[in-house]
Amino acid sequence: MELYQSTIHELHDKIKEGKTTATEITKAVLQRIDTVEGKVHSYIRVMKDEALAAAAATDKEITKGNIKLLSGIPIALKDIVCTKGITTTCGSYILHNFVPPYDATVVEKLRAAGAIFVGKANMDEFAMGSSTETSYFGPTRNPWDLECIPGGSSGGSAAAVAADECVASIGSDTGGSIRQPAALCGIVGMKPTYGRVSRFGLIAFASSLDQIGPFTKDVEDCAIMMNVLAGYDPKESTSVNVEVPDYRQFVGRDIKGWKVGIPKEYFVEGIDPEVKAAIEEAIKTMEKCGAKSVEISLPHTQYCLAVYYIIAPAEASSNLARYDGVKYGFRAPAAELLDMYKKTRMQGFGAEVKRRIMIGTYALSAGYYDAYYKKASQVRALIKRDFEEAFKKCDVILTPTTPTPAFKIGEKTDNPLQMYLSDIFTISANLAGIPGISVLCGFTKIGLPVGAQFLAGHFQEGKLIQVASVFEKEAQSEKRRPKL
Amino acid sequence: MKLTAQEVEYVAHLARLEITPQEKEKFTAQLNDILLYIDKLNELDTKGVEPMSHAIGVTNAFREDKVAASIGTETTLANAPDARGEFFRVPKVIE
Amino acid sequence: MEFEAIIGLEVHAQLLTDTKIFCGCSSKFGAAPNSHTCPVCLGMPGVLPVLNKKVVEYAVKMALATNCTINPTCEFARKNYFYPDLPKGYQISQYVYPLAEHGYVELEVNGGKKKIGITRIHMEEDAGKLLHDEYNPVSYVDLNRTGVPLIEIVSEPDIRSAEEAANYLKSLHEVLVYLEICDGNMEEGSFRCDANVSIRPKGQKEFGTRAELKNMNSFRNVQRALEYEIKRQQYIVENGGTVVQETRLWDDAQGATHSMRGKEEAHDYRYFPDPDLVPVIVDTAWIDRIRADMPELPQDKRERFIRYYQIPAYDAGVLTADKALAQYYEEVVAICAQPKQAANWLMGDVMKFLNEDRRTIRECPIIAASLAEMINLVEAGTISGKMAKDIVEEMYRSGKGPKEVIAEKGMVQITDRDTLIHTASVTVDEHPQQAADYRAGKEKLFGFFVGQIMKKTQGKANPQLVNEILKEILDKKND
Repeated sequence: MELYQSTIHELHDKIKEGKTTATEITKAVLQRIDTVEGKVHSYIRVMKDEALAAAAATDKEITKGNIKLLSGIPIALKDIVCTKGITTTCGSYILHNFVPPYDATVVEKLRAAGAIFVGKANMDEFAMGSSTETSYFGPTRNPWDLECIPGGSSGGSAAAVAADECVASIGSDTGGSIRQPAALCGIVGMKPTYGRVSRFGLIAFASSLDQIGPFTKDVEDCAIMMNVLAGYDPKESTSVNVEVPDYRQFVGRDIKGWKVGIPKEYFVEGIDPEVKAAIEEAIKTMEKCGAKSVEISLPHTQYCLAVYYIIAPAEASSNLARYDGVKYGFRAPAAELLDMYKKTRMQGFGAEVKRRIMIGTYALSAGYYDAYYKKASQVRALIKRDFEEAFKKCDVILTPTTPTPAFKIGEKTDNPLQMYLSDIFTISANLAGIPGISVLCGFTKIGLPVGAQFLAGHFQEGKLIQVASVFEKEAQSEKRRPKL
Repeated sequence: MKLTAQEVEYVAHLARLEITPQEKEKFTAQLNDILLYIDKLNELDTKGVEPMSHAIGVTNAFREDKVAASIGTETTLANAPDARGEFFRVPKVIE
Repeated sequence: MEFEAIIGLEVHAQLLTDTKIFCGCSSKFGAAPNSHTCPVCLGMPGVLPVLNKKVVEYAVKMALATNCTINPTCEFARKNYFYPDLPKGYQISQYVYPLAEHGYVELEVNGGKKKIGITRIHMEEDAGKLLHDEYNPVSYVDLNRTGVPLIEIVSEPDIRSAEEAANYLKSLHEVLVYLEICDGNMEEGSFRCDANVSIRPKGQKEFGTRAELKNMNSFRNVQRALEYEIKRQQYIVENGGTVVQETRLWDDAQGATHSMRGKEEAHDYRYFPDPDLVPVIVDTAWIDRIRADMPELPQDKRERFIRYYQIPAYDAGVLTADKALAQYYEEVVAICAQPKQAANWLMGDVMKFLNEDRRTIRECPIIAASLAEMINLVEAGTISGKMAKDIVEEMYRSGKGPKEVIAEKGMVQITDRDTLIHTASVTVDEHPQQAADYRAGKEKLFGFFVGQIMKKTQGKANPQLVNEILKEILDKKND
């Protein structure tokens, strides 16, 4: 096995045993990027020089015996997390030249844990999309089928891990933007509980839904990444000061006697037969592991998408008002202010971003607030209540991550509503603020990965790691890799 | 139709987006599709339900009134598309 | 037809915290442009606000001082609009759930008292500053002020005249400064006021169409602008016209209000709860702690001064208008125990000097103990009232104590009886004609003798003693 194909825990062991170095690993990964990036296009920017310099510095530390959790591990950052001194674009022309004078808290944490940043990963513009096609910098392709989308909005981060262009990566999930691409790229992706991982330095899409999380090659790596990422941040008012357990201790613990909730509402709407079959197989696997499946009901499921498509654009319309050509980023030339604003935002934003700004502005505007935003916020409360009720009856919930496997590039770009439907199973977790994980559960006949999603109650990431790791071990007898 | 082309124009102005006639037409159709879908919510009776604006019930997150270093004028203006002296410069405001 | 004015005021007061409301940047006025800034107040991508606890405490103080009900839970909302001085494209303010509501302040009106209702008090962030280029079609943006904490105090439309509006404002201003939560500097914009004004025929219940007045940066201008606007609206109505709802700017130089723009854009601020900030819960224990930390308010102090020091209401009003002056006064009285004398000296000579030099009581060269000592010296008869006036002036100029000034100038009063008897006798003997005329009934000449004695003693003779002795001498010789 090549170095770049390894997991965090494998590489960590090798470094500890002196069998490899940070520089060797980083070079291997950069070499892999050189080889496949032309096909996949996971990155907006590859940080070759910075990565090699960081690796050299890490090796010095390692020789002193200072080996940290992520020492020498090449990591990709979705280009939505701010990196001090490194251009951070959020996939948008309006920020194509923005250089933040600060690091996101997660960047500080990862760096402190020894991580080597190899690049800024591609994404849908301002994380608005499910396919990474709305990036100003061009689409990312699915390593399993280059004709297909990798999912989105964190498509670059997911593809980079699947194509071995990094060992692990960071994404953000507002309505499924980690779990959906993880599923479509056949890797592990976790959206933690809202407030579990700091949002400071994460460029906001919808502040009450956004959450940062990891993409990894296996569940154990997910636990390691969560050990680094999770924790209270005084720079964020919505950060939650709850003790962080050692997530790694949950890896492989048995789940005998657990109740796995199967929400009946998730198996009715236009779900792909192969996906359905894979999930049915997953349920059987769970039972083989000693868990019991129980049917549960999340009665407001059918309203999740509608609620999401009011709340997320409403918050976004406000969050994106700061891109006005005054303080940073792109400005269109104009003789007077109003014209400057309108031209800057017309030329700076892509179509999907403008569409959502329009919906959100409308939903908040005078006379419509109660009918849209307030109504959606009320239904959101009902959706959260559904989960509270459900978790009285089960330990975790199992659903498909996506209704279909990866679709073709360009297939849904002209039909926003169809595109939005690909998040239908992931959105509810963001609305309720609960954690979710997507893990590979099989392949379609033509070889596209299918993901299973586990959901748990607030701050129960440990349970997700436990169930996903057991499932992973039982379900994935053969290790497939995309052919690139 | 929930939304007229005129309303789309008003919303675009509120959001400070210039839109072409073609975009206006396209947006009007697409936004109407989306709003029609969103109408589902009206099936639900939400009387008395407290609107939820936060996923987790954190309250009273404060900082102490202690001065932290500012980043300085140079860094403040470093990303500005148009800076003059110690200021951001913008085209004049026509009221 | 007789009209009455309906006025409501919106006051914005900058809070005297060390840092901004949502970040650690200094909130001090007067720094180099764009130097009190950080990613948070610049609205850079991905940054988040965290509320300054002191802002809540200061706002609660004002709410308590104006008899408001503190809401158990309040929340921040975003007010969305585009302007170059607003880096995020929205102002963080409070909307549906403000910090406090339903308060009032009491004003003295024609000897009686009148309550002006306070609708609400809420916390919000200030915007930056826009400077317009005089020669080129550009503006310059300074974001130092962005994020400086403000409270907005909204009154009920209870105010009925321009004068009442000015009094209400002065009252709020005084309380804010007393609480030490706002420096009250109107020129620097720490205390700003907008007014809503309409008129209606007396006796009518419905309100007329109102105009919003802005750009009034002193109490006097608020009063002038309102007077002008009331007359303007009255003129329109009396001539069969209708008042337009609009924003009008006060032009100080012309003494008139002008419509702000021809085409008033409908405000559509798209308020919604700020998802980046969490609800603020102010429980009773916290309120109690804040209350315990509050100073005596001006109105309470005024009443105490009248009751305890037995000084006239007018004096109490003057002395308590400034918290530092009131404190100075109390220090003086604590030493000399002569409340009325202390009030007279302070409000008379001392304030006159201070006003001439545009100084505040904090900058007064005479320390309270010195003034008290001087008052004691007058009371003891060591110096005369007239001498005291000169001594106080010298104390003010030099910063020296009364005894030092007296010693330097040899200004001690002659109170020795024998010395004065001798001087008086000599004086009477020197003017036999006048003495005879006095004794013959020309009593006006008594003053002549007093003058002669004062001349001889360079004004140092104790006047009461001189009167007494002179009377004795002149009357005795008559026998």
